[in-house]
Amino acid sequence: MTKEKRGADIVVDVLIKEGVDTIFGLPGGAIMEVYDALFDAPIRNILARHEQAACHMADGYARATGKVGVVIATSGPGATNLVTGLATAYMDSIPLVAITGQVPRHYIGTDAFQEADVIGITRPITKHNFLVTDIKDLPLILRQAFYIARTGRPGPVLVDIPKDITQQKTTYKMPTDEEVRESLPGYNPHTEGNPIQIKKAAELIRKATRPVLYVGGGAILSDAAEEVYKLAHLAQIPVTTTNMGKGAFPETDPLALHMLGMHGTYYANMAVYHSDLLIAVGARFDDRVTGKINEFAPEAKIIHIDIDPASISKTITVDVPIVGDVKNVLRKLIKELEEKPIEWIKAREQWLKQINEWKENHPLNYRKSDKIIKPQAVIEEIYNITNGEAIISAGVGQHQMWAAMFYKYKYPRQFLNSGGLGTMGFGFPAAVGAKIGRPDKTVFAIEGDGSFIMNVQDLATAVQYRVPVKIAIINNGFLGMVRQWQQFFYDSRYASVCLSVQPDFVKLAESFGAVGLRATKPSEVREVLLKAMEINDRPVLMDFVVDREENVLPMVPAGKSYREMILTPNQKGEAETMYLVG
Amino acid sequence: MSDIKVLKVRPEPEKVVRKHIITVKVQHNFGVLARITGLFAGRGYNIESLTVGRTHEPNFARITIVVEGDERVIEQIIKQLRRLIETLKVKDITDLPHIERELALIKIYTADDRTRDEIMRLVSIFRAKVVDVSTDSYTVEITGDNEKIEAFINLIKPFGIREMARTGTLAMVRESANIKMEKGDKE
Ligand SMILES: Cc1ncc(C[n+]2csc(CCOP(=O)(O)OP(=O)(O)O)c2C)c(N)n1
Repeated sequence: MTKEKRGADIVVDVLIKEGVDTIFGLPGGAIMEVYDALFDAPIRNILARHEQAACHMADGYARATGKVGVVIATSGPGATNLVTGLATAYMDSIPLVAITGQVPRHYIGTDAFQEADVIGITRPITKHNFLVTDIKDLPLILRQAFYIARTGRPGPVLVDIPKDITQQKTTYKMPTDEEVRESLPGYNPHTEGNPIQIKKAAELIRKATRPVLYVGGGAILSDAAEEVYKLAHLAQIPVTTTNMGKGAFPETDPLALHMLGMHGTYYANMAVYHSDLLIAVGARFDDRVTGKINEFAPEAKIIHIDIDPASISKTITVDVPIVGDVKNVLRKLIKELEEKPIEWIKAREQWLKQINEWKENHPLNYRKSDKIIKPQAVIEEIYNITNGEAIISAGVGQHQMWAAMFYKYKYPRQFLNSGGLGTMGFGFPAAVGAKIGRPDKTVFAIEGDGSFIMNVQDLATAVQYRVPVKIAIINNGFLGMVRQWQQFFYDSRYASVCLSVQPDFVKLAESFGAVGLRATKPSEVREVLLKAMEINDRPVLMDFVVDREENVLPMVPAGKSYREMILTPNQKGEAETMYLVG
Repeated sequence: MSDIKVLKVRPEPEKVVRKHIITVKVQHNFGVLARITGLFAGRGYNIESLTVGRTHEPNFARITIVVEGDERVIEQIIKQLRRLIETLKVKDITDLPHIERELALIKIYTADDRTRDEIMRLVSIFRAKVVDVSTDSYTVEITGDNEKIEAFINLIKPFGIREMARTGTLAMVRESANIKMEKGDKE
């Protein structure tokens, strides 16, 4: 027992106890006490310009570092501005703690100034949330929030604290780890994996002749890249990743099939389609991945390893479900496989040969040009200039898919994007958070002109804190991905997708105090990127004016089978006619 | 691309839609009920009835949920309920020997003596109870499983029901069945 402290000071004490070194947020009346306490704390405060951006920053920070991101907002509009950011983190299982101010307890429920039912609003988009009603509960609730956010299937947790509680004084004792665990009797994430199921899985792997590893974001969240690599090589299994799983297996490896699904590679989709065993690792059979459910891997037995039992057999009934931490389970599976002689390699030869044939006949490709900048060429050039070592964060749309396809990811936490919710406006602030968390890395935000505008205001934040992120706008003057769908599926009726009024992005950057650069010809792309690489004290915004009607291919139309993949544009250079496979 | 032929198609899982009774033990925290009902609403599951109350352990509440769905939906519901931080146990007790009770209060018009006699006769057959009487109405309290109450209501309907209130179903596994149950607890 020490001297009395304000609730706000307790908040800071817990943040320090949890090892938080950086927080993102924007103050206001109901949270002022906490900001006041943070003023003297050894914690870096990043003042964002919009709470949504602050939330994406904390999210990007968490994705890039593996630590829990922290975002702070005031009551009412401050808290409601967090909604999209929280939902984004929730869908991708990103560990976040959001601390929001609430009106004083005696005002709750009176429609007080800047009051909103934040607990009600954020209930379905957080892993858990708390309203603190008694200062005695504050330290435990805050510690529970961190514990829940980072364990099991991670996710965002929100703590709503009434202003009078942050002002109230009390003495307290910091709850121990043990007390935190014991206070949550219903929360016991299963991490180990059932040994009988693991044995069964090993048996299926031994017997399979056409296996594929299908790796998702769960593998990255549990730091299982090493294990994925080991398993793939030990058992000679080709690996495809979701966009959330990118970097969980090096895309430069001969066994890499790259991304699967709607914008997956031909060879990944064909391999999955023809597989006789699919090993899903921390992946959740999202509809963007499976397409038509009953034609997804129709001949395969399915092993599903996931920490969240609710993810298993949600859309597809699996043959061997293994609930547990991916890293733990893979380790045990590898051990199991190593125990018996590896006589299966021979049976794989034919399969790997077939896959290599697919790879050779249908590599990722696009029509090159020396007259007009092709978006894919920009991504390839970013890859070359950064030696494939940069962290790439993306908005949502065509540029996101090109960033996923044409940059090869070697490490986990190297590609950050809103995979589950598909949030435009995510890429740039997430890049800011990532750069703050990983100052040693070059961080690129590959943005669409539409997506970037959605959180453009936070250029000010990046300038203020001298965060040298590189923003590459793939500027096609369209809400490109929607335009592509309109072209393919709505008879080219381009309804409300033309961004006919745009800022001058170079001037825009300059007005914020950042550097602005532009490339309009293919010959300028490299030049602009080289210039940008030299700037290390502020953000650089690069405006790449690209081919307006380029499309992302291949594409499996929504809800269709992999057999109906659109592969190439027609001879006129437009993807009007579809090339149906099979 | 001629090498790509249509492979077989995954069979659709069989769908048997029926009523399930799910019991849930939760921490008796502020907002826990909203969390549970929100889960159902947000995922489009239809709740038939939901009852909730404290248990003998004051920090815990017990919820009985009656919901209709096929095996897959019910499995998802159970998994989603288990996923909530405040949930301790979730059981689908539909196929276990269990006790099921519902309470209804029914206010019935009593036009004349004959009606009153007839109602009293039904009340006694069903082991219900008249708990309030006025010049032109009886209020009857009846407990039992869902079917019993439905049957009673059907018989009483012709007399004219003025008002009715029903609790949802409460259910509990019979002790004899409890032993083999424990494995189905929250995993
Ligand atoms: C917040 C939000 N609103 C709408 C959408 C729907 N949407 C998906 S992609 C897209 C177009 C994105 O345009 P842009 O950022 O310019 O990228 P491009 O596709 O042109 O590369 C839209 C509107 C979304 N994903 N997120």
